[in-house]
Amino acid sequence: MAFAAFGSGGPGAAVDQAPRRRSWVALVLLLPGLAYLALFFLTPFVSLILTSLQTPVEFGDVGQFQQAFKIENYALVVQQYWPHFLRAFGYALAATFFALVISYPLAYFIGVKARPWPLIQALMLTLVIAPFFISFLLRTLAWKALMSDETPVVQALKALSIIPSDGHLTGTAFSVIFGLTYNFIPFMTLPLYTTLERLDTRYLEAGSDLYAAPATTFWRVTVPLSMPGVVSGTLLTFIPAAGDYINASASFLGSAQTQMVGNVIETNFLGLLDYPAASALSVLLMGIILLLVGLYVKRSGTEDLL
Amino acid sequence: MVGSAFAEAGADLELVGIHKRFPGFTAIEDLDLRIPAGSFFALLGPSGCGKTTTLRLVAGLEQPTSGRILIGGKDVTDVKSFKRPVNTVFQSYALFPHMSVLENVAFGLRRRGISDPVGKAHEALQLVELDHLAARRPQQLSGGQQQRVALARAVVNRPALLLLDEPLGALDLKLRRQMQLELKSIQDDVGLTFLHVTHDQEEAMTMADTVAVMNKGAIEQMGAPEELYELPRTAFVANFLGQSNLFTGPVISSKGESMVVDISGVKIEVPKDRSQRHNGEVTIGVRPEKLSVHSEAPAKAAGVNVLGPGRVTDVSFSGVSTQYLVAVPGLGPITVFSQNMVFGPIANLGAEVWVSWTVDHGFGLADDPGDAPRFASDTNTATIATQTRNELLAEIGEG
Repeated sequence: MAFAAFGSGGPGAAVDQAPRRRSWVALVLLLPGLAYLALFFLTPFVSLILTSLQTPVEFGDVGQFQQAFKIENYALVVQQYWPHFLRAFGYALAATFFALVISYPLAYFIGVKARPWPLIQALMLTLVIAPFFISFLLRTLAWKALMSDETPVVQALKALSIIPSDGHLTGTAFSVIFGLTYNFIPFMTLPLYTTLERLDTRYLEAGSDLYAAPATTFWRVTVPLSMPGVVSGTLLTFIPAAGDYINASASFLGSAQTQMVGNVIETNFLGLLDYPAASALSVLLMGIILLLVGLYVKRSGTEDLL
Repeated sequence: MVGSAFAEAGADLELVGIHKRFPGFTAIEDLDLRIPAGSFFALLGPSGCGKTTTLRLVAGLEQPTSGRILIGGKDVTDVKSFKRPVNTVFQSYALFPHMSVLENVAFGLRRRGISDPVGKAHEALQLVELDHLAARRPQQLSGGQQQRVALARAVVNRPALLLLDEPLGALDLKLRRQMQLELKSIQDDVGLTFLHVTHDQEEAMTMADTVAVMNKGAIEQMGAPEELYELPRTAFVANFLGQSNLFTGPVISSKGESMVVDISGVKIEVPKDRSQRHNGEVTIGVRPEKLSVHSEAPAKAAGVNVLGPGRVTDVSFSGVSTQYLVAVPGLGPITVFSQNMVFGPIANLGAEVWVSWTVDHGFGLADDPGDAPRFASDTNTATIATQTRNELLAEIGEG
């Protein structure tokens, strides 16, 4: 265990006793957290893996399974649902990209430009989190209404032939990505704001002093220094967006053609009662996200930053 | 403005009628300044006197409210900072934490598209003897090393004008002395124009060819360090650059090359050519180290001023010299720095002493004694401690 007490190595006879007692105290303090993780993360996770290997009971009812080691479940779900995986990661990636493009200037404005006016900063931050005061389902439904065929916006787009006269906005990839972007923007803006708020503008002055035009200073100094915020913001957006099943569901902004992995997990668990397939999908989704995130964090090398 | 070539030599800097107002206060009031090419110029002043603002105006990080800035004869007032042939060594160094030392130094070269940026960066690091740390990150270096990297990062671009914003402020005394010498030798080597901003009078005097003392947004006096020290024009300069004993009284007569001033009944002579005012109430002064302490009344001699008898109220031994505080009735306490020519102090606490100085060492100030600030002698240890603390507080407040 990497407790500081072990590393201190101070002189004196008392040292022999002190670290041992302190590590014992630390362990006691850690216990609730460890118990929580064991109970609410490890147990369901093990149960999920076990379920994903189950096989149907012979001549049993729908939804009756027995424990087995049916690893083919994984191959079956990949075969059947690979487009949903692609869609999930494609939509999540697009939503993360758009959220970043929208949030960065916003966070930069709040965190850097608005520094002399704390009141404006506070007001804008409140506006960023204000949507949380209304249920996420309700807001998504509101967007469905706003994008429905009868609204003036859609009428106007049709009149301008931007969308065909028999086209829709809801139920398309556009509306799903739009919904994901909209719903996850605060998760992108807040971490970006916290790093940009701490950005030392003297580095920007130094860049300008060293012949870097504002755009060059932005790419060479501001962006690298705000990477911790970019990384945590994109992770906080991408991970939940990849597993989301609300925006893409046909009752909200999606349709049968826009189903993501989250939707098929829901259908398998709650509709088809095919628990092994749903579990295998969940484990795969988790594994892929973990792999992508691991590669991403390793590539962006955030541990090097400050 | 910025070519892809190095500046051949330093350039003149000229500030014409600069005003800078911030909401609520005026930082610089009608500043005119000309710094010749290749010189080492120091702007010296207390915190908040406008010296850093002046530097930022030259760097292009602030815009003047009115006035022009010329570098090498070209008007750069409206030129953006990244297009000015100027580099700054920032007080905070502002080394990019996400880049190696080498990349920090090469940054300016790359932006200007100069060939072989890495090779030139290595050369600059060799100049400051840090090439062996080129691969490190700035935050892995000590304060003194970071300071030298900041210097290399600025000097490598061979700017026509190098701006130094109290770059030695964070260093300890020994390192600071060493860096002062290094800076001076680099300036001699590369022949750039240096504009150095500092509140450390000793630093300004040891390094600069010309020192301008700034106070409340205006230059009080400008000249060679010896000139400023030996012949201060105002009470502010007399006390900001070293210490001075100042006395106020009316001019009562003229005596050849000198004028006679009545200081609480004692006639003191001051050379006319060392005095800014020649009639009415005047403030005159003399540096503490120009004074001698006598334990018996010195014989009257031409060309010597004598004050006394007085009583020694404080004696502090500081190695090379001893500082006495002498209270003369009718006058404020007088400070004397006396070299330790014998072992230990020559006068003890409470002793009756006389103080004398050669007439040629006196000076007369330009201030109107009516509104000139009366400086309480700041020579007892308690006031020095308070003053140092105030300076530190001001410094912390500034940072």
